[in-house]
Amino acid sequence: MSTEGIEIDRWHPRAFNAIQSFAVRYGLGIALVIVWEYAASKAGSIFFPPPSEILHRAVTLWLSGPPSRLFLSGSVFQDVIPSLLRLLGGWALAVLVGVPLGILIGRSRNLSDFLNPALQFLRAIPGPALIPVFIILLGTESTMRVTLIAFGCIWPVLLNTIEGTRTVDPVQLDTVKAFRIPRHARLWRIVLPAAMPKIFAGMRVSLSLAVILMVVSELVASTSGIGYRIQNAQIMFLLTDMWCGIVLLALIGYTLNWLFLKFEDRVLGWHRGARGRTATS
Amino acid sequence: MLTVEHLHHAYIPEHVVTSNITFDVKAGEIVSIVGPSGCGKTTLLKALAGLLKPTGGTIRFQGKVVQGVPDGLAIVFQEYGRSLLPWTTVDGNIELPLRYQPITPAECRRRVAESLQAVDLSGFGERYPWQLSGGMQQRVAIARALAYQPKLLLMDEPFASVDAQTRADLEDLVAAVRDRFGITIVLVTHDIDESVYLSDRVIVLSRSPSSVLGQVNIELPRPRDQVKTKAMQQFVEKRSEIAQMIRRPVGSEPYC
Repeated sequence: MSTEGIEIDRWHPRAFNAIQSFAVRYGLGIALVIVWEYAASKAGSIFFPPPSEILHRAVTLWLSGPPSRLFLSGSVFQDVIPSLLRLLGGWALAVLVGVPLGILIGRSRNLSDFLNPALQFLRAIPGPALIPVFIILLGTESTMRVTLIAFGCIWPVLLNTIEGTRTVDPVQLDTVKAFRIPRHARLWRIVLPAAMPKIFAGMRVSLSLAVILMVVSELVASTSGIGYRIQNAQIMFLLTDMWCGIVLLALIGYTLNWLFLKFEDRVLGWHRGARGRTATS
Repeated sequence: MLTVEHLHHAYIPEHVVTSNITFDVKAGEIVSIVGPSGCGKTTLLKALAGLLKPTGGTIRFQGKVVQGVPDGLAIVFQEYGRSLLPWTTVDGNIELPLRYQPITPAECRRRVAESLQAVDLSGFGERYPWQLSGGMQQRVAIARALAYQPKLLLMDEPFASVDAQTRADLEDLVAAVRDRFGITIVLVTHDIDESVYLSDRVIVLSRSPSSVLGQVNIELPRPRDQVKTKAMQQFVEKRSEIAQMIRRPVGSEPYC
């Protein structure tokens, strides 16, 4: 039986294996789109247009521009790119503030005891509840939206960084102390790399939060952005346009996560390797 | 080189780990510290390294009282997997302590290459520690200590986590690097055979709260051989002498 199995494997050409792995990865997604297409055209409801119609509309909405602008239409520059910039800006701000602050708190028992109740309290506030406050303080421009995204995104980054820097292996710390590696270098050479896997986990959670908060921030008092377009389309009964926005958000979330995983692979390749090794041995 | 006087340590006041330890180590010696589990061997070694402030007694290294980690001392831990940094290569691990030494980059590279060669791992510098076997990782940890060029090398159960054959190879490696680099070695172990085989002198600790039960001089000829030395009459005698010292008295509770 076993030799037969090997025989069959050998007879499979490479292309077949590629098709197989493609089917395993994307088969469900493709099947769901087909079912959706069939069901939606059968039902003929104006509330649920079939995906082909959504795709068609999406091309007119965003890809009907002149060749000189890579066929991108005005709406891309008016809504999609500003939305992306707010999203990435808010997330980057959260990382830039959250990581250093987290290291500081994680390395100091006193500071952490002092700040922890306040942090836990602030973290419990749902970001969107602060939109009215942020509007009063910061107006209705991008600053308000970026601040909201940053406020929501900072918690996973901050708390994971605190946790990561606090739980550095005591043997590693003893090692660097025994070799008289100076204090400032311990931070860069030991604490930060050791905390990196946790910091990255926080950054990834924050990235998907950033997409959510970007949409939420654009539903209120806005004049541009993907969230604004979705809401506006709904009000004007352009339901296909509304679905276009929703699909675009899904695509953005998916792509950002994929890009981030690629980046993480580069930076944290050692972590995956080390963990894989201890798991098998 | 190293003197320990009336060392006393308690992590909590009710629980005294070491009560009164006194011994000294001469330059160039290999000294083993043996004792039953839980007798505070690791605590003692950490105190010697300046990683732990004992609650009493004094430790002098090269004439100076140890307060914090002294210069000229390196340490090899039992847990090589945790002591080597997984995010950097073998070269990176060995180089790291050297970066903060007053040496030129060329000297640094020379020392890395020389120490890797001494532990027979030339050509593995680009690998990551987790890509190597346990024995090889412990050799990297030894190479890191050697490249640091310490006067005194402390080893905490260095071969407790590797298989028997690797252990024998590593023991011979330690003897060889001692001869080549002329460093003083203090090694903590629970293995009596290992202590006799490697050492010039074995210090036997009692159960916790521990003190020195006795010191045994080992005058076996060097270089020693895993088969021949261990078959010698003197080896067998020394081994049973130490074993009798640390064997628990009748009627006492088991210590492990």
